[in-house]
Amino acid sequence: MMNYFPDEVLEHVFDFITCHKDRNSVSLVCKSWHRIERYSRRRVFIGNCYSISPERLIARFPGVKSLTLKGKPHFADFNLVPYDWGGFVYPWIKVLAETGIGLEELRLKRMVVSDESLELLSKSFVNFQSLVLVSCDGFSADGLAAIAANCRFLRELDLQENEVDDHRGHWLSCFPESCTSLVSLNFACLKGEVNLGALERLVSRSPNLKSLRLNRSVPLDTLQKLLMRAPQLVDLGIGSYVHDPLSEASNKLKHAIQRCKSIMSLSGFLEVAPRCMSAIYPICGNLTTLNLSYAPGIHGNKLTKLIQHCRKLQRLWILDCIGDKGLGVVASTCKELQELRVFPSDPFGAGNDAVTEEGLVLVSAGCPKLNSLLYFCQQMTNAALITVAKNCPNFIRFRLCILDPVRPDPVTNQPLDEGFGAIVQSCKQLKRLSLSGLLTDQVFLYIGMYAEQLEMLSIAFAADSDKGMLYVLNGCKKLRKLEIRDCPFGNAALLEDVGKYETMRSLWMSSCEVTLGGCKTVAENMPSLNVEIINESGQTVFNLDEGQKVDKMYLYRTLVGHRKDAPESNQTYLKCRGDLTRSDHHEPSLNDMIKDMKLKNISGDDDFIISESNNFKLQSQLFEKEEAEIMILKWKRL
Amino acid sequence: MEVGLKMALKGGGGGDHVGGCEKEKMGFEETELRLGLPGGGGEGGEVVRKRGFSETVDLKLNLSSKPENSGIDPNDEKLTGLNKEKNLLLSAIDPAKPPAKAQVVGWPPVRSFRKNMLATASQKSSSDESSGAGEKVAFVKVSMDGAPYLRKVDLRMYTSYHQLSDALAKMFSSFTIGNCGSQGVKDFMNESKLMDLLNGSDYVPTYEDKDGDWMLVGDVPWEMFVESCKRLRIMKGTEAIGLAPKAVEKCKKRS
Repeated sequence: MMNYFPDEVLEHVFDFITCHKDRNSVSLVCKSWHRIERYSRRRVFIGNCYSISPERLIARFPGVKSLTLKGKPHFADFNLVPYDWGGFVYPWIKVLAETGIGLEELRLKRMVVSDESLELLSKSFVNFQSLVLVSCDGFSADGLAAIAANCRFLRELDLQENEVDDHRGHWLSCFPESCTSLVSLNFACLKGEVNLGALERLVSRSPNLKSLRLNRSVPLDTLQKLLMRAPQLVDLGIGSYVHDPLSEASNKLKHAIQRCKSIMSLSGFLEVAPRCMSAIYPICGNLTTLNLSYAPGIHGNKLTKLIQHCRKLQRLWILDCIGDKGLGVVASTCKELQELRVFPSDPFGAGNDAVTEEGLVLVSAGCPKLNSLLYFCQQMTNAALITVAKNCPNFIRFRLCILDPVRPDPVTNQPLDEGFGAIVQSCKQLKRLSLSGLLTDQVFLYIGMYAEQLEMLSIAFAADSDKGMLYVLNGCKKLRKLEIRDCPFGNAALLEDVGKYETMRSLWMSSCEVTLGGCKTVAENMPSLNVEIINESGQTVFNLDEGQKVDKMYLYRTLVGHRKDAPESNQTYLKCRGDLTRSDHHEPSLNDMIKDMKLKNISGDDDFIISESNNFKLQSQLFEKEEAEIMILKWKRL
Repeated sequence: MEVGLKMALKGGGGGDHVGGCEKEKMGFEETELRLGLPGGGGEGGEVVRKRGFSETVDLKLNLSSKPENSGIDPNDEKLTGLNKEKNLLLSAIDPAKPPAKAQVVGWPPVRSFRKNMLATASQKSSSDESSGAGEKVAFVKVSMDGAPYLRKVDLRMYTSYHQLSDALAKMFSSFTIGNCGSQGVKDFMNESKLMDLLNGSDYVPTYEDKDGDWMLVGDVPWEMFVESCKRLRIMKGTEAIGLAPKAVEKCKKRS
């Protein structure tokens, strides 16, 4: 039936399909769907900027308007990746600009963004509307000034946790008077001062402004003026919040805050005097998101009192100075809670104030809707994890970080295998898991057996042998990202099934037992993988003996071969043994092909790379079976 | 980079570059790279550790606070067959006392951005909570054109420009002696002559503010100066021509 619809109708239908995964699936049904989907695709997600090139992106999706790119591996967040590793956005912007793509939105994570790229971006795309930078670096306020000055229809400038060199605050003044389209402005991560007058004027002329996150340099009286001008705000990030609660300034602020009846998300308090928190109680009742993870100044009674006003909270990010008791208050107040993140207030690990397993158990008991957790704690017990698993079977993300990475259950002195085992067994929708504490191979057996939906796994200081890694690789069919540090996994585990890595976005292994020889073997057998080695000891990879362990290995699937911008210390191998174009000696049966496809998780990936892979050509055949028409696809390897 | 409190253990790529100053201000002890048996027995040797983990942490139970311990040779035979040792030791742990924390590169897994923000935030909040007299120090580098090396002053030690000027004069006296020729020693004893030297046309005190601009010392109130001064430079008069007018211009632009 579908075959007889004209393209425009199909395109209209596809408009309703917005999720990346679904669009990728749609594109694999048959040739005509592939074509229609291709031309109508507006949003593309690329999980690893080195897996494909901008040229190929454009060749496949000439109508792309929104691009999401991720660069450095996740462990770069923790200083495990050299600063010059890569992840440059400039080549992408350059190619997009040169081919006349009508880019409107760019979202980058862990990429190096230079001022030149921002300037080129601001001048090349007339309709550019939205820039979101998360955990990026390489730019200064000059780049921001270019965006402000040149993007005439800018709606969103969202800077999250970037390292910005911003000692000049004039970029805000670069928004022209004609710019009235801002919906979202987040500069909380900037350290420098901004032109307050320019900020006030900007907010005044932005009637659509819904999200405003200020940095530390914005003082209270400016905050008050901004709130008076923007009572329609939905998301507010407060910079400096220091005032005398008895003063006139405080009264004015209270009045201004009370007018903002739409605020549902509150964050910041980068500088705070805790006795002033009562001024925001009036809006707490509406809050669904509260982020106090940058406000160590709010703790103890003041913190719990604040939380007691937030009955509708769905997402809470706090510091561990809340303590187990404070988490008890969360448990009894925030019945709608879905996501909890508890960060260490002393990130260097002394953990004097830290929370323990008690707090987590309380929250799990009080908040049955909890599905996402990031929890830095002093200690954890198996009993607690088992209880949590029972109370909250809906976890999608479960990331536990015990500050001492090899700490056993302090009550029983046992490893935490059983506890995490309970989590993966109970939480059938679990997609992301981070482990810590004392762990043996056993926990990985459980993960391989039960974590069927697992897509991302982070392991540190765990396991006894290669078996651990093998359980995971064999068991977790949907695994996309695996990152491992300081585990006794070696070549045997790495080489058992190198084909598996084609179904994954990436694998990171550092301080493990893998040798140069092992890495070479992977690279030589898998032309579709880049294998990068980062060696800290000052030896270039060429000087390494094949039997020597590598410090860090990062491998990822790619369609475009090894990258040319790797620093010299970092080598990628693409030497392939024999012929790239191996041909099968027999045609696999249809069932085999579908089974193979399922195993390779082709249709379930949000990354379009798999569907773009050169190794397959589509053929579609239409069968008639009783009253229904069934479209079957037949795969043929090149 | 401030000296003295390097927390990095292994060479470690990019290490924990937040190290140094912030840790010092947070009252952190000197690195005690101990992990394992609580009560810290100095008798050395066996500790609770995993393979790999020990490669990143020097687990010698040193009570001395040497910041840099030699890294363990990753091929050390001792590291193999650890499991047995580990099981033995687990039973020996007194669960009532948590083990001393060791510093490992990239652990706990907190984004550097967040670490930096929290470090700054705690500095500020601790100084807010104190009686407001500004207990923190404000050391800035002072360079003088022609001097072979730089000096450092704590701006919080002074309450006025005059005091700062005196201090600088004393600090850099040895360099100006040469310029005074045979009168040298006499001039050194004569404070006012030095002040004239510094305040006169030969040298101009300038400073770099938070925005990275070079400003003339003395324009703004003392407290504001201390807040915004990042470093001092005593410029030769000839180079300072045009500095003052430029500084005024910049202030006008910004307001």
